[in-house]
Amino acid sequence: MGVIMILYYLICAYITGLLAWDFVREKKSVNDMILYLLVLIPLLLRILRIK
Amino acid sequence: MSREWTIKSALIAFAAVLMILGGAPLYKHRHYEVPVVAGPGVTNVIKLSEFVPGLKGSMADADVFVLEGKEPGGKVLVMANTHANEPAGLLTAVIMIENAVVEKGTLMVIPEFNASAGRNTRPGDGYPLYYDIPTEWGAKRFRMGNRDTSPLDQWPDPDVYIHYPDKQLLSFIDVRNTNRTWPGRPNGPLMEKVTFAAMEMMRKDRLNIAIDMHGAETMFPVTNCIVAPQKSAKIATLVSMTVKAMEGFDNHVEPSPSNFHGLSHREIGDFSDTLPFLLEAPIPFLDQPTGPKTVKLLLDGKDPFLLSLSKKKKLFVPYDENGWPIEKRVGQHCSVALEIIRQYSKKNPDTAIRISGIPRYADLVKNGVGPYFHDPAKAEKKSVYYE
Repeated sequence: MGVIMILYYLICAYITGLLAWDFVREKKSVNDMILYLLVLIPLLLRILRIK
Repeated sequence: MSREWTIKSALIAFAAVLMILGGAPLYKHRHYEVPVVAGPGVTNVIKLSEFVPGLKGSMADADVFVLEGKEPGGKVLVMANTHANEPAGLLTAVIMIENAVVEKGTLMVIPEFNASAGRNTRPGDGYPLYYDIPTEWGAKRFRMGNRDTSPLDQWPDPDVYIHYPDKQLLSFIDVRNTNRTWPGRPNGPLMEKVTFAAMEMMRKDRLNIAIDMHGAETMFPVTNCIVAPQKSAKIATLVSMTVKAMEGFDNHVEPSPSNFHGLSHREIGDFSDTLPFLLEAPIPFLDQPTGPKTVKLLLDGKDPFLLSLSKKKKLFVPYDENGWPIEKRVGQHCSVALEIIRQYSKKNPDTAIRISGIPRYADLVKNGVGPYFHDPAKAEKKSVYYE
């Protein structure tokens, strides 16, 4: 795995962390919670090296 | 539990279900292994990483099946799945590995040249993940791959792919297309390493012929043909005329453009002494104006929209109610490859190659593809390889 690929995964993990934190902090809007989770799915699939 | 966390837990569970439903088939596809029974002619199996160590341990490190005859002679390389969504090449390669017996010279077969693309999918275009070939002992299942390497193995893509060494500007996606990355380099992107490994094999082992098997749309002019550069043109022309006269199918010759870089039929000839040939068999499945991209369409090539276009003379191949079945496409690849070897051997008796056991066009059209695959369950374990 090249350096750029490793950096890419680190960026994915960072954005995943941000989205997860936003999801935890969201108190009222169910719509926003759903959106955070939907955006998380492709990022998690990439981090898990599935797609 | 608070109301907020009750809702959040339910949403997390729902997202997890979505992720599993979407991800599990893709994970299974990427890790599904196709058994290939090494036939009586296989004398060795090597890896591309023997020529470029940087490939070792990666998904791109393809197997090379070596079938060496008792009598010394010339050497021919047959490559399939350069584009892993063009399955006739792969089926032809497996038929060769499982059935060919080399009497003189050496046959080398790479069934999954872009091994990573063979584990990639194109779900956005509704591609099936697998296709089954019926045999006497049950269905033999193959992965349906994609044209390009999986981004899990090579990423990110550049804005524009600058071809090495000619610096020609190509589409960004071509950096993951092993028919644009020839002749490659040992320290370039992964697919350049793959093509460089094959070039090194051709140069070090002094291969005489390289045959790259593909499929092309019926609406694309470069289909149902042999693409050859000037140095291979005489043999390609003789092959085209012979299969038309003796076996009754068309396979015209297309010249390899000298100023379009990265293609096997261009760069192999320019960067080695090997004679390259690229075979294109029509594959209606890849045409844009078809019905759903089903396994049936992939295998029988029958489509009502293409039939209608054929009547308006919009296709570059003859097309009727019989479509373009897989046995016809595989048959063409087998016969054209065998004829290239025969014509080369007639012109070069010192480095002639003699091969038996590979069926020809008429055999495949009559019997189908399935009868030429061997049951891995009944084969010796040591002769079963997983691709």
